[in-house]
Amino acid sequence: MNVRLYVWQRLTAALMVPLVLVHVAVIFYATRKGMTAADILARTRGSITWASFYGAFVVAVAIHAAIGVRNMLTEWSPLEDRGAGILAAVFGLLLLALGARAVAAVVLP
Amino acid sequence: MTVRHLSHRQGVLWIAALVHRLSGLALAVFLPLHFLTLGLAIHGEAPLESFLRWSDQPLVKVAESGLVFLLLVHMLGGVRLLVIENLPWRDEQKALATIAAGLSAVVAFILLARLF
Repeated sequence: MNVRLYVWQRLTAALMVPLVLVHVAVIFYATRKGMTAADILARTRGSITWASFYGAFVVAVAIHAAIGVRNMLTEWSPLEDRGAGILAAVFGLLLLALGARAVAAVVLP
Repeated sequence: MTVRHLSHRQGVLWIAALVHRLSGLALAVFLPLHFLTLGLAIHGEAPLESFLRWSDQPLVKVAESGLVFLLLVHMLGGVRLLVIENLPWRDEQKALATIAAGLSAVVAFILLARLF
């Protein structure tokens, strides 16, 4: 792993620590009396706070996971750096696209 | 490989590194599915509600708690690495790795108990 990717992985990891803690707290809160789509969407639709929170989460996790997948492919598969980098970038872009769609689905009124 | 070369694989910190990597892999596999299910709401409340009612099955609840365990054990394992890399060395690394796994398991079990 080169220094640039190493720094990005650590920065996104540090950014996600509070995001994960809040996410787990939200899971506990949302499941306190059974989870319903109405409850979730009532909380998220039209909320700039949740849009920003989950938008930042999606961007950070797409970068972080792509770098992690690249490391695994480099170390555990026969792929060379270039092939691993291309596959990981495609995976990261897929996460970014699906994540952005998911955030839009729950926050847009 | 000889037994001598494999002996490090019984160490707590080697297992911690493996757990960190495998939990990251499992979360990477899960994330696209998680985003797809949340994306159901793009067609309105009903498709998401239908999925949530499907997820009321006991096995799915166990899987959800397992995912929370993986998320926490990956995060706490990552925090341990960030601390090692950025702060003065501490000798209790094996204990910290064990605490990370234990704490993640406790939180996941509490969630599982609440889900049932």
